Amino acid sequence: MFTIEVNGKKHKVDVNPDVPLLWVIREHLGLTGTKYGCGIAQCGSCTVLIDGTAQRSCQTPVKDVQGKKITTIEGVPGSHPVVKAWIAEDVPQCGYCQSGQIMEAVALLKKNPKPSDDDIDSAMSGNLCRCGTYQRIRRAIHRAAGTIAKGGRQ
Amino acid sequence: MSKIINISRRDFLKTGALMGGGLVLGFSLPVRIPLAEGAARSSKSFTPNAFIRIGTDNLVTVIVNKSEMGQGVYTALPMLIAEELECDWTRIQVEAAPVNPAYNHTEWGPLQGTGGSSSVRSTWMQFRKAGATARLMLVDAAAATWKVKPSACRAEKGFVIHDATKKKLSYGKLALNAAKMEPPKDVLLKDPKDFKVIGQSMKRLDTPEKVNGKGMFGIDVKVPGMLIAVVARSPVFGGKVKRYNADKARAVPGVRDVIQIDSGVAVIADHFWQARHGLDLLDIQWEEGDMAKLSTQDMRKEYAELARKPGTVAKKKGSAEEAMGKAAKQLEAEYEVPYLAHATMEPLNCLVDVRKESCEIWTGTQFQTADRNAAAKILGLKPEQVKLHTMLLGGGFGRRANPASDFVSEAAHVAKAVRKPVKVIWTREDDMRGGYYRPMWYDRISAGLDGDGKPIAWRHTIVGQSIISGTFFEQAMIKNGIDATSVEGAQDIPYNIPNTFVDLHSPKTGVPVLWWRSVGHSHTAFVVESFIDELAHAAGKDPYEFRKGLLTEHSRHKGVLELAAQKAGWGSPLAEGRARGIAVHESFGSFVAQVAEVSVKPSGEVRVHRVVCAIDCGRFVNPDIVEAQMESGIVFGLTAALHGAITFKDGRVEQSNFHDYPLLRMEQMPRVEVHIMPSKENPQGVGEPGVPPIAPAVANAIFASTGKRIRRLPIRADELKKA
Repeated sequence: MFTIEVNGKKHKVDVNPDVPLLWVIREHLGLTGTKYGCGIAQCGSCTVLIDGTAQRSCQTPVKDVQGKKITTIEGVPGSHPVVKAWIAEDVPQCGYCQSGQIMEAVALLKKNPKPSDDDIDSAMSGNLCRCGTYQRIRRAIHRAAGTIAKGGRQ
Repeated sequence: MSKIINISRRDFLKTGALMGGGLVLGFSLPVRIPLAEGAARSSKSFTPNAFIRIGTDNLVTVIVNKSEMGQGVYTALPMLIAEELECDWTRIQVEAAPVNPAYNHTEWGPLQGTGGSSSVRSTWMQFRKAGATARLMLVDAAAATWKVKPSACRAEKGFVIHDATKKKLSYGKLALNAAKMEPPKDVLLKDPKDFKVIGQSMKRLDTPEKVNGKGMFGIDVKVPGMLIAVVARSPVFGGKVKRYNADKARAVPGVRDVIQIDSGVAVIADHFWQARHGLDLLDIQWEEGDMAKLSTQDMRKEYAELARKPGTVAKKKGSAEEAMGKAAKQLEAEYEVPYLAHATMEPLNCLVDVRKESCEIWTGTQFQTADRNAAAKILGLKPEQVKLHTMLLGGGFGRRANPASDFVSEAAHVAKAVRKPVKVIWTREDDMRGGYYRPMWYDRISAGLDGDGKPIAWRHTIVGQSIISGTFFEQAMIKNGIDATSVEGAQDIPYNIPNTFVDLHSPKTGVPVLWWRSVGHSHTAFVVESFIDELAHAAGKDPYEFRKGLLTEHSRHKGVLELAAQKAGWGSPLAEGRARGIAVHESFGSFVAQVAEVSVKPSGEVRVHRVVCAIDCGRFVNPDIVEAQMESGIVFGLTAALHGAITFKDGRVEQSNFHDYPLLRMEQMPRVEVHIMPSKENPQGVGEPGVPPIAPAVANAIFASTGKRIRRLPIRADELKKA
């Protein structure tokens, strides 16, 4: 039995300690916004925040996150500058990778509220998008950074 | 000019009855949740046809019969209705259509489906007529209420207005009375100059659900009592299970069953991880069958040999052979492209809940009718007893439009054995190795130039598997031994060359193949546009001017070519080490030209810095979506040009996941600029036409930069490395 804290709520889950956090979030907690894409930390679709850092939940055994604070896409408020920027730029196409992209962008802007194109490239290059929304993601991150600079709450 | 459209009254009543007669609609996908009332659906509503439902709460539901896989149909198709319905764009929600003949593709016969970049083109009249019909009935209802002439009323933003008395009623208030109105015999569609919605960058209706984690893809659906299955499939195509041991798998906590099906062995568990773990313990031996020795190296040799033999003639104009003999200069080249996986971000999956006399399926599919019928057959049910819910597709690119219904059929087999709701999830490795690839192609091509450097002869031999052969499309799409998708973009080149000859070999290899975004064009554009570039250089001409001079009879090709060249600053100086390449190609009714700006590092690594893209897709519905699709097609084509290859050794696919089948990443993303040609022609495709020109544009730029001609994809750094 493990206790994990997701989006500010504590959950008790009865699973094997080696089960990746991804599947616990999706199947036990019913939070399906976090996606399975590759299972080997190559695509970033499963990205969540663990104590504020973007991590691949497909490669994180559930036993490793006890006592840590996990945030999934469902825990990012609609008022967050990144979410609003994603809507303003109409970033998603199929949308499958976008939860992971948003989580990665949220973590980036927390660390670096005014990233350059190169900063964005290096932070976001672990997140694949088969629809090729990269140019819009770049634009949306700059837009969100602009909002944050004007006092927008992260 | 306005057009008067005759709606067949019988058809109208049929769809009216379908909707009004209590047909339970499919799984509701509230793409936009209205702010005040929540998504609760009114029990009473106005359903003038199969595509529209207007509730007393003023909410307009558009039932879309095309699958949303990123290309924007859940926005573009409602725009067609909104234009004529004059409804409020902020009060629209989208629902995925159930499987029903009312939702069949208007061009494909009795099939409901999405593909061929045909969604807007094929619903252009149908959806606008649906909207206009509903509007007329709402106006009639208001006029009857106010006892005025309908012609004295107008509709605007979800209201009918009588200007003389300043009376105004909302569509919601009119809905129940509108339902009693006589459907109009004819509808007058708007003159395009009056369009208010079509041609505007309306915000995508599916974006809010795709940024908050609530959008439901097939893999996300859960029903009570659902189990998860993972399937071990033969590592060699056509292989069968010889033996396996289920004991260890069954001992894994949570594993409920282990069953053998046609395609392999399924482990069924409460959760995915348990099923996957069980699968690793099966110790399966395979009867590998005839393809156990398949190797890409051998296939390349066989294809090269075939390319030297006469094939089935696809095109003959004049006499290429005779003209070749008179040519002042002859060129010949061989081009190759590999098998490619679609690699949708959402791995394949399908949930089947089969009951005694009914069944429900939840999946992301592009081929609803075929998949539903295939499942019904396996389950011994009538097609009408099977209800298929189309979920959001985490990418399609053709993989989810399989005439063989592979992933749905397999899930039906599992469910039939288990008799409980069960979702089959493919791992990334299963998805990558599961076949239905873009075929591998080998092309031998030659041309002759006259003394002025003008091409007078063109010969092109194509070798590659037929996608259509053996499918239900065979009769319609294979004529005189030629699969139209194998030669599209090659047998109809736009260049003014008096003698052309194209022939085709369609070897059978046993590797399952399928359409892959832009289908035949994905390879023919690379070959034709690269070889034309070779001819330009051989003739000592500028590649852009050379093309322009040969496009005398094709003004739309020429138009986008000129636009792209102009916007890219063709001919102007570039930063040191950079070079430009150009390509133009028509596919799915649209014309696209691209100019790529490229540099090649001493290590041979290629960087694409900028791509300027011009498209003429006829009248466009949503320019922002057109732009997004061009960006998307460029990334898709660039991924293939720089990275993509599925190869075989000892019958096995050598790739398995994104570490050895890489996709383009953010750091490799070029700056993309899209320019849309204004046009009054009917709308054409945008989902695929952005793909074909990018590989040749980049390859041509590499030649301009290094003098090395890329004739085999993907582009290999070691071939470009400076010695």
